[in-house]
Amino acid sequence: MHPAPSVIFFTVFSGIGFGLLTFMGLGFPNVFGWSAFTFFVIAYLCSVGGLIASTFHLGHPERALKAFTQWRSSWLSREGWCAVTALCIMAIYALGLVFFKERWAFLGIIGAILSMLTVFTTSMIYTQLKTVPRWHTPFTPIIFLIFSLASGALLSGEALLASILIAIAGSTQIVAWVVGDRVFKISGTTMATATGLGTIGSVRAFEPPHTGTNYLLKEFAFVVGRKHGIKLRLISIGLLAVIPIFLLIAPFSHLLAVLAVISHVAGAFIVRWLFFAEAEHVVGLYYGKR
Amino acid sequence: MTQLPQTTTKKLGLVIDLDTCVGCHACVISCKGWNTENYGAPLSDTDAYGSDPSGTFLNRVHSYEVQPDQGPAQLIHFPKSCLHCEDAPCVTVCPTGASYKRSEDGIVLVNENDCIGCGLCAWACPYGAREMDAVEKVMKKCTLCVDRIYNENLPEEDREPACVRTCPSNARHFGDFSDPESNVSRLTAERGGMDLMPEQNTKPVNKYLPPRPKDTLSKTSDDIDVLAPYLEPIAQETSGFLGWIDRTLEKI
Repeated sequence: MHPAPSVIFFTVFSGIGFGLLTFMGLGFPNVFGWSAFTFFVIAYLCSVGGLIASTFHLGHPERALKAFTQWRSSWLSREGWCAVTALCIMAIYALGLVFFKERWAFLGIIGAILSMLTVFTTSMIYTQLKTVPRWHTPFTPIIFLIFSLASGALLSGEALLASILIAIAGSTQIVAWVVGDRVFKISGTTMATATGLGTIGSVRAFEPPHTGTNYLLKEFAFVVGRKHGIKLRLISIGLLAVIPIFLLIAPFSHLLAVLAVISHVAGAFIVRWLFFAEAEHVVGLYYGKR
Repeated sequence: MTQLPQTTTKKLGLVIDLDTCVGCHACVISCKGWNTENYGAPLSDTDAYGSDPSGTFLNRVHSYEVQPDQGPAQLIHFPKSCLHCEDAPCVTVCPTGASYKRSEDGIVLVNENDCIGCGLCAWACPYGAREMDAVEKVMKKCTLCVDRIYNENLPEEDREPACVRTCPSNARHFGDFSDPESNVSRLTAERGGMDLMPEQNTKPVNKYLPPRPKDTLSKTSDDIDVLAPYLEPIAQETSGFLGWIDRTLEKI
């Protein structure tokens, strides 16, 4: 799948933003006034910034409001609803913390649940697609949720919890890669089933419909950079998990904490790039490609 | 509404005969022509005369080489367009309701005024039947020529999809699959019409007729060509004058 920068930016930053909002909603860190204001600014910049980035890949962003109509069937529509409700409820909760020095715990818990639901609905947009076997596994929502919680814990300053969650995120991602490398084969979709010609013999793509490229090949048969997949996986685990955990174990300093966040986010970007670049759509089979 | 209808009154679709398709691409051209000039946004071409031409097509013809266990390889031309699936995954993913399946005839359509161009429906389609138009930025797909098949301004013989109307080898057939006596239902039953990627559970309406087995010349068969005995090699070993030359030349 073509790794569109807007969608990578969106999934990484909305994950971080809603992860931080989840922890804020649960009362971590326990801050009020200006301090709380700063945390909320970071959380809203990430989550809203991510959501705005996601509209950049739309052909007609001016019609984006129509996406709220089909929540009964569409995960993309449900994501829109969850994101807006989570942001509104957390805004009221933030008012209490910042201006009235009061924690309206019930609102915070509802906001935290809605924030996690937002991340879950984002992941389901990909998970629901049978056409991309690597995404069509329970690992997709698990990875999205754990990554969001890990970065939320990191940004809210919960060093111990963050180290544990980051370690879980890294190891789950490794398992997801190992499993994901096999699922296309297990899915059973081959050139034989795609063309229905497998009963006659072995099928080979002889001539494509056009000599040039097309939308389908650009969008679904993205192969650039896959050859570096293993190296990028190692680099991303190093940046995402290993370096931040070492920095978090070290005695606390603001500089190390910032470095841990930068390293973690850089790793998350590579992981998300691989999530798209390594995902193979079954339509590639019609072109003899994966 | 992007929820799928429980049932559709009719099941309009195509039968594509892989045995008779000659791979001329006439259906591709007539489809592009009709759908550029009529309903919805035109199907754009970008850099059409440059070094990197690309364009939107609702119907494309692939060619595959199939190598049986024995005998020569076969070349099979393979037209592919929207299969108007009963369980269309492209419809349910749509966040705006722009994609829908009609309850009256089962045609899957896009309301281009509601499409936000997110591309998710194209991701959900296993067949590559949907293409985002590079100029209009809305999703384009086969409409089964909905503006032809019900169009009373056209002569009756033209009220079928442009690809079917134009096919010079009669490899494409249009009809109602809900009627067991229709042309398409009978073709499917008699020729073993098949689904593409059945494991994706999309329940495609369009069916593909597999290529018929190739003729094989068999000595045991009774209906062998009457001239065949005359084509048998007569002289297995050389004899006479030519035989003498052959043997002599071998010795030199």
